[in-house]
Amino acid sequence: MKKMTQTLIGSVLATAGLLAATSAMAGKTLDQIKQRGQIVCGVNTGLAGFSAADSSGNWSGLDVDHCRALAAAVLSDATKVKYVPLTAQQRFTALQSGEVDVLSRNTTNTLNRDGSLGLHFIGANYYDGQGFMVPKGKITSAKQLKGATVCVQSGTTTEKNLTDFSRANKLNLKPVVFEKVEAATGAYFSGRCQAYTTDASGLASVRAKEAKDPAAHLILPDLISKEPLGPMVRRGDDEWFAINKWVLAGLIEAEEYGITQANVDQMKTSDNPQVGRLLGATEDLGKHLGLDKEWLARAIKTTGNYGEMFERNVGPKTSINLPRGLNNQWNKGGLMYAAPLR
Amino acid sequence: MSHFSMIEARPLPGKKSRSISWRSREGRSVIYQIVAILSALALVALLVRNTLTNMRLRGIQSGYDFLFQPFGFDISETVIEYAHNSSYFVAFAIGMLNTLKVAVIGIVLATVLGVLVGVGRFSANFLVRKICYAYVEFFRNVPVYLQLLIWYLVFTEMLPDLDQAWQAGHFFLSKNGVSFPWPVWQLGQTLALIGVVLGLVFAMVYRRMARAHFDRTGHTRPVWAVSLAVTLALAVLGWLVGGAPNEWDLPKKGDFQIEDGGAFSPEFMALLCGLVFYTASFIAEVVRSGIASVSLGQHEASASLGLSKSQSMRLVVLPQALRVIIPPLTSQYLNLTKNSSLAVAIGYPELVSIANTTLNQTGRAIEALSIVMLVYLTLSLLTSALMNWFNASAAIQER
Repeated sequence: MKKMTQTLIGSVLATAGLLAATSAMAGKTLDQIKQRGQIVCGVNTGLAGFSAADSSGNWSGLDVDHCRALAAAVLSDATKVKYVPLTAQQRFTALQSGEVDVLSRNTTNTLNRDGSLGLHFIGANYYDGQGFMVPKGKITSAKQLKGATVCVQSGTTTEKNLTDFSRANKLNLKPVVFEKVEAATGAYFSGRCQAYTTDASGLASVRAKEAKDPAAHLILPDLISKEPLGPMVRRGDDEWFAINKWVLAGLIEAEEYGITQANVDQMKTSDNPQVGRLLGATEDLGKHLGLDKEWLARAIKTTGNYGEMFERNVGPKTSINLPRGLNNQWNKGGLMYAAPLR
Repeated sequence: MSHFSMIEARPLPGKKSRSISWRSREGRSVIYQIVAILSALALVALLVRNTLTNMRLRGIQSGYDFLFQPFGFDISETVIEYAHNSSYFVAFAIGMLNTLKVAVIGIVLATVLGVLVGVGRFSANFLVRKICYAYVEFFRNVPVYLQLLIWYLVFTEMLPDLDQAWQAGHFFLSKNGVSFPWPVWQLGQTLALIGVVLGLVFAMVYRRMARAHFDRTGHTRPVWAVSLAVTLALAVLGWLVGGAPNEWDLPKKGDFQIEDGGAFSPEFMALLCGLVFYTASFIAEVVRSGIASVSLGQHEASASLGLSKSQSMRLVVLPQALRVIIPPLTSQYLNLTKNSSLAVAIGYPELVSIANTTLNQTGRAIEALSIVMLVYLTLSLLTSALMNWFNASAAIQER
């Protein structure tokens, strides 16, 4: 009898406890971040050039730089970031549930994702397209892959593009779908699949870092999709959305006006009125975002402008060796076009 | 079976009047249980409501409507027909059938291997005994996930590329898997299958008649031989009536894979090997403990009747051991089925793999996972029900 009473009291208490616990809802992200003194940033588990940790646990890459620039702008310290490595499958749930403040993890902007996940894309930090990698020798175009087995990672737009491409060209491709990118590339390199498919940037990264002999693998010229990759935040916090959006735009515009990591301090005295505005020397743009005057200047000092980020992480001088291509400035033939910061 | 001893049914205990009151012990216990159930229900309702509210507030869409939209991507191996415009529903069905395929074949093979190894641990031969012991210790103590990865590595690294595929007649073995001729399904095959089913029904009836005959006269009849002969004869008859079709779908080498014919992919083979070798080690232990539970006297008694060692094992010891073996065996079957979900690591398109893709294409995480849970629950309950029925038939029959 005593035991039964204990059970009863226990279950009632548990119910009451849950009632109390669930009443809390996410507050303003910026306030939480300031209180915590840290931005929690969801990144890729390991994609060289975009987000990868070195042997001592330091993260770097184009996607990681967004987190660092944010931390510099918001907390005045680029190191105040907690990186949460996420697989393709975990990423949206992690952001939805509030486990991370921002998802900066080479994620393609699509209507479906923008409309149904309760998330917002803040803009593209890399314009990409899906491609194929094959062992050198047999073929030179993706259209010749008739009947081939293709290794692919699940939980990406890649899977669906592959099928669309296969059907449109009557190729009868056979996808072998793996949960982890390491397993998918492993199966490709072992010869199980005749091709490996993902975004062209991902192919370059995998070939540079994981192939025993990078020269033995060919990235086919065909791109079968548009993949605008960029960071995401939760819906319902317009202030945090705006900060993310304008940090990205600010770094792109900094390149347009020639503000670099090296010259950002001298540029504050520039005669160009737009440069003065950007760096908070004349106008205070930061107050519209709930930040101080120097927010963008600090971000540029941390990561450099967009062009510098690109060159340092994935550009031709790195082992990833990606051409600037679509990711050049709008006035140099690319798609990088930031709405004016004024 | 010829005569029953009549035992009077025991009279039912008289119905006690049950009043729901704090005073009686039963009354309090009923009230406590009602309160406990109600608070549990309230807890579940609260969780569901809270989840739905949170999802709505965050603009996350929910519902099962996506099930009837087109799936939109290919699945590399399917048991049933899969068209380019098939719905998510069909995709889930394919995932479930792929799970079932590996589970059913896996359970049969693991049982055979497990029983052999389990019995082998009682072998008089030193080497057989030790090999069986080593087998159990090795496969039981290495995580099954790791074993799957190792098998997959073996199949993808060790087998030859497609260009150098090993070929024997119409059989191929390469990184593409194993390919073999497969009959083109026609009326004859369907009729042959019906013949097999009829043969099995006959076998059951005949076995019962033979048992009755044995009880009456003490003479045995050759049950196995007759059943097998009749089943085979009926199958052949069905095949002949159906026009004796003899068309084969032969595999042939294409540019990038062995096309047509029947095939097992490396993913399927790796998963099957991993599950079978792992689960068999547990089944062997179950069988060993079952046999060990039969007292030594039974061995001695059967030996004194003049039964050989294998006869004594088959006719006296194993039937008694079954009572101890079946319940834990059920758990092993359930484990094997559920462990098949680890196949997402090696690219076999079973239920969880399909659900993962769905989850990522539609963002309906809760819905996709609820379907997975429902399917596994159903499979588990079905397996349990079947094994419980088997257990009841193997239980001691008190006369």
